[in-house]
Amino acid sequence: MSDKNSGYLNMELLRFTTAGSVDDGKSTLIGRLLYDSKAIFEDQMEAIEKASERIGGEEVNLALLTDGLRAEREQGITIDVAYRYFATPKRKFIIADTPGHIQYTRNMVTGASTANVAIILVDARHGVLEQTLRHTYIASQLQIPHVIFCVNKMDLVEYGQETFEKIKADIDGFSSKLSVKDIRYVPISALNGDNVVDRSEAMDWYDGPTLLHLLENIHISSDINHDDFRFPVQYVVRPQTAEFPDYRGYGGRIASGAVKVGDPITVLPSGFTSKVKTIDFFEDSLEVAFAPQSVTITLDDEIDISRGDMLVKSDDLPRTTQDLELMVCWFNERNLVPKGKYVIRHTSAEARCMVTGVQHKMNINTLEQDTEDLTVQMNDIAKINIRVTKPLNVDSYYKNRITGSVILVEEGTNETVAAGMIV
Amino acid sequence: MDKYQINHLRELEAESIYVIREVAAQFEKPVMLFSGGKDSIVMFHLARKAFYPAKVPFALLHIDTGHNFQETLDYRDNLMEKTGTKCIVRYVQDSIDQGKAVEEKGVNASRNKLQTVTLLDALDELKTDAAMGGGRRDEEKARAKERFFSHRDEFGQWDPKNQRPELWNIFNGRKNMGEHFRVFPISNWTEMDVWQYIYMENIDLPNLYFTHKREVFNRDGVWMFKAPFMDLKPGEELIEKDVRCRTIGDITCTGLTLSKANDLEDIIQEVAATRTTERGGRADDKRSESAMEDRKKEGYF
Repeated sequence: MSDKNSGYLNMELLRFTTAGSVDDGKSTLIGRLLYDSKAIFEDQMEAIEKASERIGGEEVNLALLTDGLRAEREQGITIDVAYRYFATPKRKFIIADTPGHIQYTRNMVTGASTANVAIILVDARHGVLEQTLRHTYIASQLQIPHVIFCVNKMDLVEYGQETFEKIKADIDGFSSKLSVKDIRYVPISALNGDNVVDRSEAMDWYDGPTLLHLLENIHISSDINHDDFRFPVQYVVRPQTAEFPDYRGYGGRIASGAVKVGDPITVLPSGFTSKVKTIDFFEDSLEVAFAPQSVTITLDDEIDISRGDMLVKSDDLPRTTQDLELMVCWFNERNLVPKGKYVIRHTSAEARCMVTGVQHKMNINTLEQDTEDLTVQMNDIAKINIRVTKPLNVDSYYKNRITGSVILVEEGTNETVAAGMIV
Repeated sequence: MDKYQINHLRELEAESIYVIREVAAQFEKPVMLFSGGKDSIVMFHLARKAFYPAKVPFALLHIDTGHNFQETLDYRDNLMEKTGTKCIVRYVQDSIDQGKAVEEKGVNASRNKLQTVTLLDALDELKTDAAMGGGRRDEEKARAKERFFSHRDEFGQWDPKNQRPELWNIFNGRKNMGEHFRVFPISNWTEMDVWQYIYMENIDLPNLYFTHKREVFNRDGVWMFKAPFMDLKPGEELIEKDVRCRTIGDITCTGLTLSKANDLEDIIQEVAATRTTERGGRADDKRSESAMEDRKKEGYF
């Protein structure tokens, strides 16, 4: 690979979600990141080669960059996640931009499900509000590894350090009760660009990193579970050609952990054991493969394996069970039906299940458990029990975001009605 | 980067292969749309990777507007022969001859919109329950809201207000009779990712993407190739220029870029630099936003 492009081929991918209402300046912040980071990208490219023109015009209307969002709202398509992209020389970023209103808990859950980082905006003038609590709770439930609180509109509180410290202390107060692994705070003014991409001159008391610096450098490689090898079989590859008459490979994406040729493997749910013969990726054969790679694995022995089965290492098995305790976020206008039957999807497996109990609902504004009102409605988060028609191979969501998550699908309409995290 | 880490292109690749395999596993008669443009070339490359050493377990479908560059058609035929893949071709001209689609009139006439008629007919005829396309979310605002698995009702319509939530990597492809899905395996790729990947994988492309001399004319600020069925407006004249295609589609709506980029490295540099102009044309983006959304609702890809 030549020097002039090799740097750009070795970026990491970071997915983040943003929470906060319009008034918090979320659009402005995203606009600022998109705009300023592209400038960086271009400058870097120019340094490498005498690239072409610079950005036209000195002043940029940041709102223009996110105008699409406003149009969405006007058209009533507010209930949706929009995906946006930008890159700096270090990382490529995928933003799941979710509307922050109370009724859109489900959208935040959707955006949060794949995120490495959540950015939660707090208006410096108003401090911690109920929605701050709600967003933090969702981020912790969905096990987003890193949460960055951006205390925005610092320009409207005269860039005061005390205001920032007070908000920080308030958030520390309640977040200690939640399981967020990594919390950061950045005082910013999205409108003026303070501490977003460039360091603020108005806040010399702040010596931490800017938001973009954090996004570029936060350590994400350990966000994936590297310990427990889990390989849900997606598709059985059988060419049946003259060149490959007996080839039988198992295609899938490694959910967690790593595997090498020769590793002892157990196939679930059958329990048969074998060894990894080859790990194939197109015309290459790999010695070792790891999450989140998509590969095709062949085994030493001929075993009956199909989609929905899971290959794991024989010395590290998941839980195989028909009874699950779930934290669910309810997505549908039709309430959860007690004793109701749903289709359940877990990795590549599909089965049916029955709701056997509702333990409590969460009041996500007070973080209190409600055991009186057990009607689970749209946007509610509740702890439930289900029994599945066949055993699933699961881990707790806390340990593994892929093998610890399920969706429930309503029979008849086929709509996805709930996201479930295995306790 | 750590030992057990892959770069952004490999991660996007792994995600797309995962999506393509889900389609093959969840549906009975999927097809993959193929236009001969770079996005569908990359998507097809990913499909080959997903099932190797087996052949791709579904057919490709090309909706031929009849206004394609000959180079695109030659490239398509070569690629299919080389990889032993079946490509079904359906013609917009047939839809016109059958009276199902009416040709636009005027100098700016395009068959871009008419494709939808031919496409929906073809999906119906082939009893397709999932059609994969090379749409990317960074292309256009309506597409930014699109799911990987996008549900279509029995009329092929998209309801952006009522999309199924997509959580983790669990894709719900369940549907009722007569409904189908549009699936976008390279949703998360940007234009830059596509070019970098083509470079990294050394994927062969139609020559149109590289600089060549061609007789072109300028219409409303855009350099166009003059096909035999197109007429020049007064004041427009043919000039020879060094040009290349940034995207390839129907001749009537494919603008050519004045460029001397003749290899992938040069193109990557050019794409990086032209990012600014993409943003500069926002007023146009906006006008086309609802146009795209409306077309998509009707069943356009």
